[in-house]
Amino acid sequence: MPRILVVEDSASMRSFVRNALESEPRGSALVDVVEASSGFEALRLLPRGPYDLVITDINMPDINGLELVSFIRKSDTHKGTPVLIISTQSSERDRTRGLALGANGYLIKPFSQRALLDEAWRLLATDVAHAKPHG
Amino acid sequence: MAELSDKAREEFFSEAQEIIETLSRNLLSLDSSIKAGATDPSLINEAFRAVHTLKGLAGLFGAVRLGALSHRLEDVLDDLRLGRIELAQDVLDVLFGAVDAYTRILQAEKADSDEELDVEQLFVDLERIGAGATEHQSPVADYELDSGLLAVLTEYEEHRLRANIELQMQLYRLRVQFDLSTIDKVLEEMKERAKRHGEIITYLPTGEATSADTIELDLLMASRDDLATLIGSLGADNVVIEEIPRRARRSANPGTLPPRHQTAIGRPDSLGMRGDPERGGIDQAASLRSLTQTVRVDIRKLDHLMNIVGELAIVRSAFGRVAEKLRGEGQRKLAAELQRLHRNFDRRLGEMQDGILEVRMVPLGQVFDRLARVVRQISRDVGKEIRLVITGAETEIDKLIVEELSDPLMHMIRNAIDHGIEIGQRRVEVGKPLAGTIALNAFQKGNHVMIEVEDDGRGIDLTGLTEKAISLGKLSRSEAQELSRDEVLALIFLPGLSTRDVADDVSGRGVGMDIVKTNISKLGGVIDVHSEAGIGTKMTITLPITLAIVSALLIQAGKHTLAIPLSSVSEAIAFDEGAVRLVDGREVITLRGQTLPLCRLDRLMGLEAAPDVASRRRFVVVAALGQRRLGLVVDFLYGQEDIVIKPLGKSLGRVRGFAGATELGDQRVGLVLDAAGLIEEVLAGIDVPRTLERASG
Repeated sequence: MPRILVVEDSASMRSFVRNALESEPRGSALVDVVEASSGFEALRLLPRGPYDLVITDINMPDINGLELVSFIRKSDTHKGTPVLIISTQSSERDRTRGLALGANGYLIKPFSQRALLDEAWRLLATDVAHAKPHG
Repeated sequence: MAELSDKAREEFFSEAQEIIETLSRNLLSLDSSIKAGATDPSLINEAFRAVHTLKGLAGLFGAVRLGALSHRLEDVLDDLRLGRIELAQDVLDVLFGAVDAYTRILQAEKADSDEELDVEQLFVDLERIGAGATEHQSPVADYELDSGLLAVLTEYEEHRLRANIELQMQLYRLRVQFDLSTIDKVLEEMKERAKRHGEIITYLPTGEATSADTIELDLLMASRDDLATLIGSLGADNVVIEEIPRRARRSANPGTLPPRHQTAIGRPDSLGMRGDPERGGIDQAASLRSLTQTVRVDIRKLDHLMNIVGELAIVRSAFGRVAEKLRGEGQRKLAAELQRLHRNFDRRLGEMQDGILEVRMVPLGQVFDRLARVVRQISRDVGKEIRLVITGAETEIDKLIVEELSDPLMHMIRNAIDHGIEIGQRRVEVGKPLAGTIALNAFQKGNHVMIEVEDDGRGIDLTGLTEKAISLGKLSRSEAQELSRDEVLALIFLPGLSTRDVADDVSGRGVGMDIVKTNISKLGGVIDVHSEAGIGTKMTITLPITLAIVSALLIQAGKHTLAIPLSSVSEAIAFDEGAVRLVDGREVITLRGQTLPLCRLDRLMGLEAAPDVASRRRFVVVAALGQRRLGLVVDFLYGQEDIVIKPLGKSLGRVRGFAGATELGDQRVGLVLDAAGLIEEVLAGIDVPRTLERASG
């Protein structure tokens, strides 16, 4: 069962992501979604991993999504975990920044349930160590 | 938004509503900070964040209009927080306009209405402001900043970094090890201390923790103080502070900071979610906690729980009766045991009730914030300077009451500004300060909440009011002469009465004061008015703290058991038929030197008299609300009981005089008297028999 850490400070957005992920199990796999409402909470939840995918917002207090990505890539335990950024930051600057820091995908809010599922399952199926950034 | 579940929709609306309220609060703080001559950058950033989040949500839930406005507003706020636009009063006016537009849009979305909302002018204004944005040269390259750190800066953080460098601040790197379990607390303490020296711009986890339970963060800090001072203040075993040296001056190296885009849509709206410079650490701690520990609950779910408590209360009474019965049958031991259980159950049930009630309570500040915005808006519209003084915003009251208070209070405040407060010149002439004052005071008094709306305007013109009432045929000239001062003032609550002949756009006193009163009565409250010519007007609303549960006095009138909310009962006395006098054809008695009008419940409600009524001792229950009192003649007093009031069905819902129905201990249903309504009806003397006839039929 893939474990997915969703880091997002908006409760509605968190439930949207959770509902999307739980709505369509692929194969026999159900997903186990863990929610964090801030960067700090994510830091606390990461050691309880490993996670098969981290989905994070950029727009969060204190520790932002870019910092979280950077941390994950530097961590021995989590550096192989695929990261999907979900953010309204639609500029080239942040997209390249996120991907340069080692994120594996980038979805611009708002996105459809379908787009999220496709991207999440693409990343879950990917061997991140050798994956090319996409999108 | 039709395809979304109701739950998701509600969650969306409630989050959107909260965000708009936060935005409005921020703008109000900015407004006062501009007037004080210093703006707080963190307030602008918070406003930006609010709108940004809203944009994301709007997109997610397909709320197109909300999204379009958020998108434009976000651009402007982004320019503001990044220092590309100066925050001036006219900019703020446009932003306030956006809050109003949000409110209208949200209402339309809620109602699933496609109604055209006139926001064109707002969009033009936002566009105009945005066009004034200017670019800044980056001085960041002058410092030997680690590129790893620069890479994770959001645009807002970059801006704060630039702003600090421009202020000649020195930059420091603080490498800090935190225990993961206590990081929130320790970091907040650190922020609090750091605030005295400067601003923490970002927090980057280094990924080089010594164990699984610790984490290392690099804090980028700007400060006016030197290294030794910082080490003295912030240094510790787990903190290493280094100064970030300035580069030898050479041509700027733009590599680390790509230029900003300026397209209207593809703007790099990076999110300064933190680094709120002047913002207190405690506040941030609070916001972090609230994110993880708050749940939103539909008030109907709480009502449901409350109903269950009410039903458990019935079970509890049954316990009591069984215990009595057992004792009567000589089963003393069992009876005592059951009695003990009964007491325990009683206590826990009480706690549960209190707990649920507490959850329903919200501070009145929620509605006061909205009113502050209205005051600002109206005072500009009518060109009167108004000082709004709020006290007691922390006073708590039932969520449902707060929701229903917004409109009446708004109306009262509009009236106060429009008709109470004189124009500036007139005020100066009569020796008052130029700015009119409106005081909004809330406080708790017993199990009531009092809200006062007070202005220092011209007061209500009693003669004008009386003349108007006469001309409208509400009373005759001779009746008018009989009226006491308070009774004259109460005329403003009659439908259609206005002290002005021409009602204007903003309000029109009187148009609505009757509705204000009706709305307050629906909440079980009363409104009193005091006014002194030339000095001002004070309206006082008295409300119950909660609608969910009430202590009531159970009485018998005729064959029926009725409940009277205890909050409106001041005392009960024995009834002496011989002491009844007739004044103006109305039955009264004298209670401690004061005349008390009587109302015979059985007669007035057309209830059948109890068969043994003549032989029985009867009682007078004195109902009091505000300053009005009414004696209700009843056949029997059963005692006090906590009841959950359930609404009457549709057919009976509009009948005045009843607040609802409740279940009595023996599974019968009893009607709950609406004491406020009864007092109003009976004491006003208007159409009493007819109204009550209707009520009983």
